[in-house]
Amino acid sequence: MNLMTLEPERYELIEAPRYHFDLDRREFCKLLGGGILVCLVLGETSAQERGQGRRGFGGNMPQELAAWLHISQVGKVTVFTGKVEIGQNIRTSLAQVVAEELRLPVAAIELVMADTDRTPFDMGTFGSMTSPVMAPQLRRVASAAREALVDLAAEESKVDPAGLTVADGKVTDKAGGRSFAFGELTKGKALTKKVDADTPTTPPKDWKIAGTSVAKVDARALVTGKHQYTPDVKRPGMLHGKIVRPAAFKASLVSVDVKDAEAMKGVTVVRDGDFIGVAASSEALAEQAVAAVRAEWKTLAQINSKDLFAVLRKGGSSGIAGGEGFGGRGNQKQGDLDKGLAAADHKLQATYTVAFIAHAPLEPRAAVAEWQDGKLTVWTGTQRPFGVRQELARAFEMPEKSIRVIAPDMGSAYGGKHTGEAAVEAARLAKAAGKPVKLVWTREEEFTWAYFRPAGVIEVTSGATKDGTLTAWEFHNYNSGGSAIASPYETPNRHVAFHAASSPLRQGSYRALAATANHFARETHLDELAHALGIDPLALRLKNLKNERLRAVLEAAAEHFGWGKTKPAPGHGFGIAGGTEKGSYVATCAEVTADTATGQVKVVRLVTAFECGTILNPEHLKNQVEGALIMGLGGALFEAIDFADGKILNARFSKYRVPRFSDAPAVETILLDRKDLPSAGAGETPIVAVAPAVGNAIFAASGIRLRSMPMIPGGLKKPS
Amino acid sequence: MNDSAELQVNGRKHKLEIDPSRSLLSVLRDDLDLTGSKYGCGEGRCGACTVVIDGKATRSCITRVGDCTGKPITTIEGLEHDGKLHPLQDAFIQCDAMQCGYCTAGMIMTGVALLGKNPTPSVSEIVQSMNGNICRCGTYPRILAAIGRAAENRKGGAR
Repeated sequence: MNLMTLEPERYELIEAPRYHFDLDRREFCKLLGGGILVCLVLGETSAQERGQGRRGFGGNMPQELAAWLHISQVGKVTVFTGKVEIGQNIRTSLAQVVAEELRLPVAAIELVMADTDRTPFDMGTFGSMTSPVMAPQLRRVASAAREALVDLAAEESKVDPAGLTVADGKVTDKAGGRSFAFGELTKGKALTKKVDADTPTTPPKDWKIAGTSVAKVDARALVTGKHQYTPDVKRPGMLHGKIVRPAAFKASLVSVDVKDAEAMKGVTVVRDGDFIGVAASSEALAEQAVAAVRAEWKTLAQINSKDLFAVLRKGGSSGIAGGEGFGGRGNQKQGDLDKGLAAADHKLQATYTVAFIAHAPLEPRAAVAEWQDGKLTVWTGTQRPFGVRQELARAFEMPEKSIRVIAPDMGSAYGGKHTGEAAVEAARLAKAAGKPVKLVWTREEEFTWAYFRPAGVIEVTSGATKDGTLTAWEFHNYNSGGSAIASPYETPNRHVAFHAASSPLRQGSYRALAATANHFARETHLDELAHALGIDPLALRLKNLKNERLRAVLEAAAEHFGWGKTKPAPGHGFGIAGGTEKGSYVATCAEVTADTATGQVKVVRLVTAFECGTILNPEHLKNQVEGALIMGLGGALFEAIDFADGKILNARFSKYRVPRFSDAPAVETILLDRKDLPSAGAGETPIVAVAPAVGNAIFAASGIRLRSMPMIPGGLKKPS
Repeated sequence: MNDSAELQVNGRKHKLEIDPSRSLLSVLRDDLDLTGSKYGCGEGRCGACTVVIDGKATRSCITRVGDCTGKPITTIEGLEHDGKLHPLQDAFIQCDAMQCGYCTAGMIMTGVALLGKNPTPSVSEIVQSMNGNICRCGTYPRILAAIGRAAENRKGGAR
């Protein structure tokens, strides 16, 4: 098991399985009993399921029905979705949109999520796709179910369906003075209704449940500790697993002696290639068994953190196979760069860097695996349950239909749980032990053997006339990625390009991907340009910006912050930054204090305006925006993976500094609700503006320009 | 080596044959099936495993179970009484003070210990008490608000 492969920005390159086999529909109906089962013709459903039709495999997908919603004979509504709840509150927002169409309270809707045996195929929960794709899909499904119920009632009461109303789980014929509960309309029959892509849905302006701040549906289970995350799952006879990890990345096993471990009572040792693991009756015993294994590894000299940027700048082989589309998505070449620079009154050239950082979800990777009669069931924290099923099928050379992956609502992920390492490891141990095995990665393992947000070097050259009009824009991103690399500012002469590089660490997806790095470089650079030209940083942006939605968030954030109206107190500084990614728009104004004598920086206040089309749940959206800002402060100020010779040197919370209570500023969030626009995702984009806004504020307060993320890992210092 | 030990958890006594050097967290989770307390770091630096022992917020992942015998231990499962939530649990729901919820039990237990000692903490006192607890989702402002709200509600209730 070689984990040292490079992970691309996963949702750009992910390969959907060529075939998938949903649970047979008749079997499904048998399990659910009578009632109405609403299905979508898969070929007509979400773009995401067809891999957005870009990779050519869309056409190969079988045209089959997938079941999405069931209304039982007692009127119980169950919704099936392959999406995963990772703290972004989609268990609530998706229930809201279904409740809206069925005219039911949210509490009447049960969501079955992320279970490969019970939910339709789903590519995964990433890329801010749930609100723009899954929510409209479930709205159509629920709307079709409501119409089917109305038709049944019309038939029953021999009236025109137009005269019937739906409310409180009943279809009512007011004129006839009759009403029918949802459940009784099916009369015990199993009815199947097909839905196509253009089923009409209730427009957002008429929403009564969707679009409101419904409370988190599972909040009580969370505050009482009752919710079972993967590490809380317990199976009869279950053992605890531990893995013997290599001494460093790329290390190969020279020799291993497992005799002492094998001699321990209640311990199963598995040696399979370079994989060495144990399963034992308790976690403590598993730890002792791992300690008793004597393994010798051959390690290689490898690149260290301090040489990272020089290595990335060299470019080289990407390790990103089939890079079509990756990074190239935002590449732009237009006009004449030399002409643009010649026309400029002021030219600026600067280099920005971004370190590797870890997702560090508080729930580390974990899995419980159980083999029974040749069938494998795995509970695991993953954003891609169907992808993990495929990984397991490959690892154990067995058909996907014999594997069930269940992803319980998770202790978050932030893009860090696209893979199924723990699932494969737990399944390997369980297979050997003949009993279910739970494997929970330690914090050190999570920091070391997962993957990181790509580090990067970004070089920017720009030119502008005295009045602040951009004439030239050259932007090269090495390794960090192509997300949001395209500048939203109007510039006639531009060259924007992503360059793959040879990464020394395993890298992969992360909340907002490279949009954070690209915005950091772009929005810091614009601030530098504004100061060089003596123009207000907000005015410079607006001068070069036609995009109305981006203008609107910048103006809203500035207004609520008091930009240009108040002067910072001595030692304080203000900064602004904005941007767009995945169809949503953000602008953040920051106020900081920066003390050059002590090196102390404190982010005092963040005012953020955010717009993502139609809002599904304002309070939960605010929570997401605030959370993204605070998480973003970590990467902005102090988070960085320190590594040498294939080892992570700060793989603990005592060594890897994450934001804490004392780092949290006052946050104010302004939501712009655009009910005329479709919903875009909101879990990622709010993170992209905070680093440059804070950096620009630090400059305003101290005169020190910071061009590396993290900006103040050892306090505020003039960059050497 | 196993010893017999008596643990007093959430008002119930448990007689156990256990290795006293094991962590309290592992005993709570694996032996008593009280999985509300979470593993997050194993070094007492994230607070997800926090329980209240003798009124004090304690990191159960670095606490030897052998040191806990005879002491009253409260875990997140022990806060609800007869279907009624602790005021801080209520406040967490009211303030939407969670996202993924994995840190929530530890946050609430740390907050419960704080309010037990100091029913009307200032914001800086709350920050100081809570600073050892990590919320990667970044809900700190909401957790601060929830603790403030629980303190307010209790004050109101006492009047």
